[in-house]
Amino acid sequence: MEVGTYDAIVVGGGIVGCACAYYLSEVFESVLLIEPGPIGGGSTAAGMGHVVVMDDSPAQFALTHDSQKLWKGLFSQMSDACEVRETGTLWVAADEEEFSHVEGKRRFYEQHGVHAEVLDSQQVAEAEPNLRPGLPGGLRIPGDCVIYPVTAAGWLLEQAKRRGTVVRQGKPAVKVTGGSVMLSDGSRYTSAVVVNAAGGHASELTPGLQIEPRKGHLVITDRYPWFVHHQLVELGYLKSAHEMSSESVAFNVQPRATGQVLIGSSRQFVGWDGAIDHRIVAKMIARAAVYMPKIAELSAIRIWTGFRATTPNKLPIIGSMPEDPRMMIAAGHEGLGITTSLATGKLIADLASGITPRIDPSPFAPGAAYHHD
Amino acid sequence: MSDLTPKQIWIVGAGPAGIAAAEAALESGATVGVIDENPAPGGQIYRALLGVMKPEIQSRVDALHAKGVLFLNQTTVIDAPAVGELTVKGPNGPERLRYESLILATGARELFLPFPGWTLPNVMGVGGLQALVKSGLDVSGKRIVVSGTGPLLLAVGAYLKQKGAKVVRIAEQAPAQRIREFTQRLVGYPYKLGQGIPLMLSIGATVRTSAWVERANGSHVLESVKINSHQEPIRCDYLACAYGFEPNVELATLLGCELHRGFVEVDETLRTSVPYVWCAGEPTGIGGIDLSEIEGKIAGYCATGNEKAAQRLMPTRARWMRFAAMLEVTYALRDELKTLPNPETILCRCEDVSIEQATEWNGSRAAKLHSRCGMGPCQGRICGAAGRFLYGWEHGTVRAPLVPVPLSDLTERDPELTNHTN
Repeated sequence: MEVGTYDAIVVGGGIVGCACAYYLSEVFESVLLIEPGPIGGGSTAAGMGHVVVMDDSPAQFALTHDSQKLWKGLFSQMSDACEVRETGTLWVAADEEEFSHVEGKRRFYEQHGVHAEVLDSQQVAEAEPNLRPGLPGGLRIPGDCVIYPVTAAGWLLEQAKRRGTVVRQGKPAVKVTGGSVMLSDGSRYTSAVVVNAAGGHASELTPGLQIEPRKGHLVITDRYPWFVHHQLVELGYLKSAHEMSSESVAFNVQPRATGQVLIGSSRQFVGWDGAIDHRIVAKMIARAAVYMPKIAELSAIRIWTGFRATTPNKLPIIGSMPEDPRMMIAAGHEGLGITTSLATGKLIADLASGITPRIDPSPFAPGAAYHHD
Repeated sequence: MSDLTPKQIWIVGAGPAGIAAAEAALESGATVGVIDENPAPGGQIYRALLGVMKPEIQSRVDALHAKGVLFLNQTTVIDAPAVGELTVKGPNGPERLRYESLILATGARELFLPFPGWTLPNVMGVGGLQALVKSGLDVSGKRIVVSGTGPLLLAVGAYLKQKGAKVVRIAEQAPAQRIREFTQRLVGYPYKLGQGIPLMLSIGATVRTSAWVERANGSHVLESVKINSHQEPIRCDYLACAYGFEPNVELATLLGCELHRGFVEVDETLRTSVPYVWCAGEPTGIGGIDLSEIEGKIAGYCATGNEKAAQRLMPTRARWMRFAAMLEVTYALRDELKTLPNPETILCRCEDVSIEQATEWNGSRAAKLHSRCGMGPCQGRICGAAGRFLYGWEHGTVRAPLVPVPLSDLTERDPELTNHTN
């Protein structure tokens, strides 16, 4: 049992909590991060690890764009273990109807300062020879990247530790308020700012947050470094991600630095049941094989599940609780937590220290999700 | 209470425990199938002793065949998708099997521990080298060091000598005093003593006790080994090295069976913590062929509701469990083995993770996530076992597929349940 006082406390050692500690340690003398398990051992470990700019909504675009810029500022300092690869994203059109929207999407990206290229049928085939022949084309975002999220989270926390951040691992927080955090062993820490970065579990510590776990499956193969070069996503992906229906799958394949191929994605609302659902895995792989028929020949070495922290308005909750400004939330990042972790941490640090944020924080403020309706 | 229709029993593993289980289950009137990875039944141990199946084993397998037991050879369990179902992969692709009772007789594999040079070509497992010789590797005139622990060192040493190899040293890490005590107590197990004497006569002179390989040397391939008890390195072409056995508990873990000290927890009827699942042989505790046989029989009877027949075998099981306990004490691994690897020695061979990189993290899961230790195709079967000995790592989670499979095997939606009625 310990007692202590810090300038800021972050509850949760996933990539979002680590990013919060990274930026909070720049503006505060003493920061404490609390994590019951391994660093990056929750959703951070379960996800794909893309750093992408997404155009689902203006707020999402602002957050992902800002965050990608922050990542790119750090890449040169990060360790090899973070497996940074500038693969780019190739959004693949399945048919002419989907392809007809590509030009508009390109214009939107370009107008907002993100380079984007339309690829025709032949260019897509040249860029990714293992895609099914005859696809009409796609949109390439060359600046998108892939990282290994667990080591990236570890690296962010390592930098924070160099600036004096203390890490308390092993015991979960059981009570969190604006001024204090109590752990399961009775340890009690007080602070001027407490950040709830507990991902899908954030609503267990801060009642009233509308965050639900949304289960996903991933399959990883043995090493096939020649098989795929870009992160590949079907253009229908956002539709799949957006549907709040009980389940959906979408084609999303990613080359890993190891040469392995990571295959997603699925979305299900089934609570916290982490069991592998063979039916959905079959569906997911069948979907991937529609776009990349030869993928069926690759050897799968592992399947796992994880949980996205999902909010009703598809945006993370970042900022102070209306009733207690010392109680801050940084949670609900759904499938984009790796990308948006840095912008989230920066926003939290700016808001906590009275610095004018780089992006408009209002769409992410706690409560924004309900007030929209 | 008895069923009117015969129960469908599937047995995983066709070694001593699996074959004995099949015989007992058949005797109880069940419909029996046996799944095994190898081209022919028999498991590791019968091959380890002879190279071909012992004639009496062959005749037992033939008798089972004749009575309708189905042997699915070259078939591996890849998943347990639902209660009462297994997904297996054989020569004809994946299929789903339904069981009413399942007996796990999955055996054991060798335990490898890291030391400098253990990843050099021509450093291999004791059973591994023997298997290679059986599949055609010519070792005549080759200088071979055998090291590690347990009676298998002698058996394989004698086998290699018989195949023309020059077995230059057998390094047994157990102390001489313990082995003497073990040998004295073997008089209670005359047939074991009878097995041991010819081996000692053949190869005993090359054995050193309290001896272990500290380092394997060589620029591209093994050239020599340094043994603690010898001043000079010993020149050799092969090093066969294994530190006893690690139970194959992956399928049991996937099914949700409770483990205790790394072994599958069973009651005296060999029932696991999971309904309709029994376990026999090495996964319940390393005890060798005799304990495996008797446990196979007990599990085969109990899984078919014939506890009465099993009851008669309990005293024999208890006797062989005492033998197993003797083995465990005699060949307990010494702490010096934990000090052999250097920081840069590779721990995870699949992912090239060094001791230093893996031990920076607290526990096997953190090490896996942050250093990739255990993330490769073998799914931590080698480095995880080594880490449990070296660092007290916990058993990691087990996920399907149990062995790598083509993605196409996972795509088929709700494959038909195969009906293997005979």
